[in-house]
Amino acid sequence: MARQIRIALRNCGVIDPERIEDYISRDGYMALATVLTELSPEAVIEILKKSGLRGRGGGGFPAGLKWEITRKVQADQKYVVCNADEGDPGAFMDRSILEGDPHAVLEAMTINGYCTGASKGLIYIRAEYPLAVERLKTAMKQSREMGLLGNNILQTGFNFDIDIRYGAGAFVCGEETALIHSMEGLRGEPTVKPPFPSVEGYLKKPTNVNNVETFANVPVIINKGWEWFASIGTEKSKGTKVFALAGKINNVGLVEVPMGTTLREVIYEIGGGIQGGKEFKAAQTGGPSGGCLTKKHLDTPIDYDNLIAAGSMMGSGGLIVMDEDDCMVAIAKFYLGFTVEESCGKCSPCRIGNKRLFELLEKITQGNGTMEDIDKLRNLSTVIKDTSLCGLGQSSPNPVLSTIENFIGEYHEHVKDKKCRSKVCKSMMQYLVVPEKCIGCTLCARNCPVNAISGERKQVHLIDQEKCIKCGACMEKCKFNAIIIN
Amino acid sequence: MAILESIKSLTELREKLKAKQAALSQKDNPQSTIQVKVTMATCGIASGSRPVYDFMKEELSKRNIPALVSQVGCMGFCYAEPTIEVTMPGKSPVIFGFVNTKKADEIIERFIRKGEVIDGVIPMNYETA
Amino acid sequence: MKTIKLIIDGKTAEVPENTTLLKAAKTVGIDIPTLCYFELKDMNIENRPGGCRVCVVEVKGRRNLAPACNTMVAEGMEVYTHNIRVLNARRTVLELILSDHPAECLTCAKSGSCELQSMAQQLGVREIPYQGEQSKYRKDTSPAIIRDVDKCIMCRRCEMMCNDVQTVGALNAVNRGFMAVVAPAFEMNLEKSPCTYCGQCVSVCPTGALTEVDHSRNVINALADPAKTVVVQTAPAVRAALGEEFGLAPGTLVTGKMVAALRRLGFDYVFDTDFAADLTIMEEGTELLDRLTRYLKGDKDVKLPILTSCCPGWVNFFEHNFPEMREIPSTAKSPQQMFGPIAKEYFAKKLGINRKNMIVVSIMPCLAKKYECQRDEFKVDGDPDVNFSLSTRELAHLIKASNIDFSSLPEDDFDNPLGESTGASVIFGTTGGVIEAACRTAYELYTGKKLEKVDFKELRGLENVRHATIDFDGLPINIGIAHGLGNARKLLEDIRDGKSQFHAIEIMACPGGCIGGGGQPYHHGDSEVIKLRASALYREDAGKPIRKSHENPFILELYKDFLGKPCGEKSHHLLHTHYFDKSAGVFVEE
Ligand SMILES: Cc1cc2nc3c(=O)[nH]c(=O)nc-3n(C[C@H](O)[C@H](O)[C@H](O)COP(=O)(O)O)c2cc1C
Ligand code: SF4
Ligand code: SF4
Ligand code: SF4
Ligand code: SF4
Ligand code: SF4
Ligand code: FES
Repeated sequence: MARQIRIALRNCGVIDPERIEDYISRDGYMALATVLTELSPEAVIEILKKSGLRGRGGGGFPAGLKWEITRKVQADQKYVVCNADEGDPGAFMDRSILEGDPHAVLEAMTINGYCTGASKGLIYIRAEYPLAVERLKTAMKQSREMGLLGNNILQTGFNFDIDIRYGAGAFVCGEETALIHSMEGLRGEPTVKPPFPSVEGYLKKPTNVNNVETFANVPVIINKGWEWFASIGTEKSKGTKVFALAGKINNVGLVEVPMGTTLREVIYEIGGGIQGGKEFKAAQTGGPSGGCLTKKHLDTPIDYDNLIAAGSMMGSGGLIVMDEDDCMVAIAKFYLGFTVEESCGKCSPCRIGNKRLFELLEKITQGNGTMEDIDKLRNLSTVIKDTSLCGLGQSSPNPVLSTIENFIGEYHEHVKDKKCRSKVCKSMMQYLVVPEKCIGCTLCARNCPVNAISGERKQVHLIDQEKCIKCGACMEKCKFNAIIIN
Repeated sequence: MAILESIKSLTELREKLKAKQAALSQKDNPQSTIQVKVTMATCGIASGSRPVYDFMKEELSKRNIPALVSQVGCMGFCYAEPTIEVTMPGKSPVIFGFVNTKKADEIIERFIRKGEVIDGVIPMNYETA
Repeated sequence: MKTIKLIIDGKTAEVPENTTLLKAAKTVGIDIPTLCYFELKDMNIENRPGGCRVCVVEVKGRRNLAPACNTMVAEGMEVYTHNIRVLNARRTVLELILSDHPAECLTCAKSGSCELQSMAQQLGVREIPYQGEQSKYRKDTSPAIIRDVDKCIMCRRCEMMCNDVQTVGALNAVNRGFMAVVAPAFEMNLEKSPCTYCGQCVSVCPTGALTEVDHSRNVINALADPAKTVVVQTAPAVRAALGEEFGLAPGTLVTGKMVAALRRLGFDYVFDTDFAADLTIMEEGTELLDRLTRYLKGDKDVKLPILTSCCPGWVNFFEHNFPEMREIPSTAKSPQQMFGPIAKEYFAKKLGINRKNMIVVSIMPCLAKKYECQRDEFKVDGDPDVNFSLSTRELAHLIKASNIDFSSLPEDDFDNPLGESTGASVIFGTTGGVIEAACRTAYELYTGKKLEKVDFKELRGLENVRHATIDFDGLPINIGIAHGLGNARKLLEDIRDGKSQFHAIEIMACPGGCIGGGGQPYHHGDSEVIKLRASALYREDAGKPIRKSHENPFILELYKDFLGKPCGEKSHHLLHTHYFDKSAGVFVEE
């Protein structure tokens, strides 16, 4: 039986997040104390590098290396930023950590400040997370009162304090350069990297940006040692990953599993299988930037590199399970709809290209697609990925490419047979009267809002497909099951 | 709260708190008590954990059952919110899902008071670092 | 500086570190197409948002394509600028841009000078495979500028000009995703924004999204009306740039051909704004000397430094941003607006016609002048002193539309009396020219001595902010010069903070001065063009027999005949103005 191991979530559900004593009783702030009194910044960075911890915000960049780069840049002022923007639809890992264990993030940011030479930390959090903000504020107040944050921490002479900044909720503001511009009061749009924030970030100063979950791992690594952490996971992906299980799965919720756990274990053992005993079709990881994993990926160990190889990505940890009732073309369209809404509009391939992708998918789901449109989708997707300025556009076509790759049959059915096997794409459906069953009661005709049904009393009725708006009222009303969907 | 002046004072405080915490669950310890943790993260609150929390706090004291009721963050069982965890001294914690005040009443009367096995238990499927 | 060696399309390039791939490729003869990238070299103006993505190239070992305009060279890099992956991506990106663009080339004001159009031609786009919804916006017409942002390609050049260079902040990216566009705050009309109408956004916009309000129809109608006497005045910077519109090399002076063309167009009198510029010097120079003398006598209330006021873009800028300092600039009107009343109050009377039957047209390098001539204080009973102001570009179109073969025109001379000018007035068209002209006159009037050396080379150049000390016979006069409103802002803030050491400051809103004005032929980011226009003006100055404004015989006659003395009662009435606090009613996004 696959087990979850809770590292980032170790205190969530265990301690009262509003009581610093609870946190301290579980070794809270011990890592900070050890670091400040016994370890040099280089030594801490070395521990982190050896632990193999990689960024949990999506990119998977080695955390220790990022800290080291930020440390090495000379500057009079540096910043630590905690990225709590969490814009993936359906993702709430970061929120849960902040709500359940705020001190862990504060402690890790302070350790980061010590390592990089920063004295100021900023938490960029979406304004839609009021409870997390409240708990952070409470935690900050408590740790300041106990001399664990602010000036002269633990009387070691080290100063570090943290402020909260509110995000306006745009998905792209989670991208680190956009996040920084947003904090600077500028338009929340990305800029070309390099320069990376570690070299030139907030107010043009070196800025170490890490994700909430990345930070939450740090204190335990210090306390338990890098060897312990590195013993969990796969060769290149160490530790655990928190996933928000959603979709057609029985146990919707937050899980934390060792890297290398298979999709099958996550879905069937931890997630309790598919709702209603239906058949698994695909799982989307990486949110709108990811792709779908299919049956053939069920036994692939989940880690950064395997997911990329499978045409998806780790992303921040959304995992949405789809079953036979989900139409993969519609799924791709759903994600593109999100990207079109969330693109900042700065670069042309993302601004216009994603819109065109969406329109093509719409055309196909409406039954008007051509085979040429599928080629266009492929070319456009490749070019958008290849030319977009930031990670949003560089990954937004993934859902299209991976559904084409894995479910080309469904695309062909939509285009050639004008059929949606999952009966999701309404325009392809036809409501039909089964002549053998219809007794001519006229109930359907009287309930059709657009008068699309004709037929004399006691005669078989007929639905005019041109007029039908596919509302389904007739089918609902018919007492003889004489109306079916084709 | 007093300022911690060194790693030593932090360690001392931790040990004190740890001992206090351990005592809570030790069967024969005079300090031991029933512990009830109610999930109060956004998802829990949204599905109604606040009334459950209030109910537990008020009713346990009204019914003269000594217990420590506290709020905690997300336990991960979003599909079964609100969830609560009950630890009887000397026993392993038990997690209940889909708890409303009616269920909470049942938990108090049957599980806590009488030690009966009731349904709605969620298997604990993780270990914690 | 370290030298980096890299291979571009098989050719070895050696360039200093921190060079972009775009520039490195140029050194080996490879031109990578660009759209959003924009630079005015030596003028500190650069736009590199990395937004259009047509400049992408393949860098060996890199996952995705790299924007050449924004990617720095690295040792041993292998770059491919036109393999099939790159060509396909570049074309697809351009097709995408075109798919969200109204295909209105037939009627577009920018057609022929449009960078998007020429790129579509260059890449040979013959159809647009990706059709779909187009982003539509409200068209916005202000007194000087039309925003037709359906044609905006989000290159952000205007934004960079308006924010980074001009520090006006009237234009910024608004909305997200597909509806993202550059617009005034809250997508209000430009007229409600702090826009100064300097036209710098227009001069860099690659497409027809930003253009000037076209008044040539009104001028054609006036010319066709037998009841009207139509008088035209031409600004100094026009003659140094108009030729470019007819394929002549930048820096070619076309004064004579321009006069001939205007005559052919049917103007009754072809006059020179330069004449009014000489007048401006008389008035402004006198004002400077007056303030200076009072100051030297110990008058502590006198406002120094004196600031020039001949640039309406600049006037708008301080009325919006520094209204509390509006007593400091000279009260002298701009040459365009000095010419107006002289034409309508003096010359019309000489001709014996009613001012309402005289139409004054100005040919300007400038879009702010379109707004300026519509200001209420420059009207008499609703009749504007200057009726229509055309840009250099509009004049070129007018000439072309009238079947005039510009290049073969014989040279012609301005009419008199308002067509005679000095070298001093010619250099009004370039940054530093106004103050140099003022020095030539002020020196002689102040010292009573003859100026030995007419050229003040220390006042010339293109550095953003310049200063020089001129010896007025033992009295050191500190002069400051700024072109571009961002530079002006710095000098103004110094004055406000009491840190300014200057006695007189010349300010021009446009980088380079009027030769780089918003109404000039498009320079497409080639700063050499601007430099060549400047040297053309200095050449014309050097060749003029009279080079000081106060020696212009027609100016002297005008004072004797009509005005009295500089800054006297009549000139005060006709040639001076006052400024307003326009900070309220201008909306800026916080
Ligand atoms: C479109 C886009 C959205 C992103 N959103 C988030 C986010 O919500 N939270 C986050 O931590 N990182 C997000 N990232 C990744 C950040 O840019 C950055 O890599 C990360 O915060 C670095 O932290 P890490 O190394 O700890 O993962 C996003 C990236 C892109 C391209
Ligand atoms: S890829 Fe999309 S989100 Fe990123 S900069 Fe370009 S337009 Fe903005
Ligand atoms: S902006 Fe350029 S491409 Fe667009 S219509 Fe005008 S000339 Fe044509
Ligand atoms: S005319 Fe000048 S001030 Fe107005 S928007 Fe354009 S650049 Fe800005
Ligand atoms: S208006 Fe013109 S200059 Fe401004 S962003 Fe659009 S295309 Fe570029
Ligand atoms: S510098 Fe010249 S062209 Fe530019 S706004 Fe001023 S007067 Fe007009
Ligand atoms: S020219 Fe390089 S991105 Fe536009």
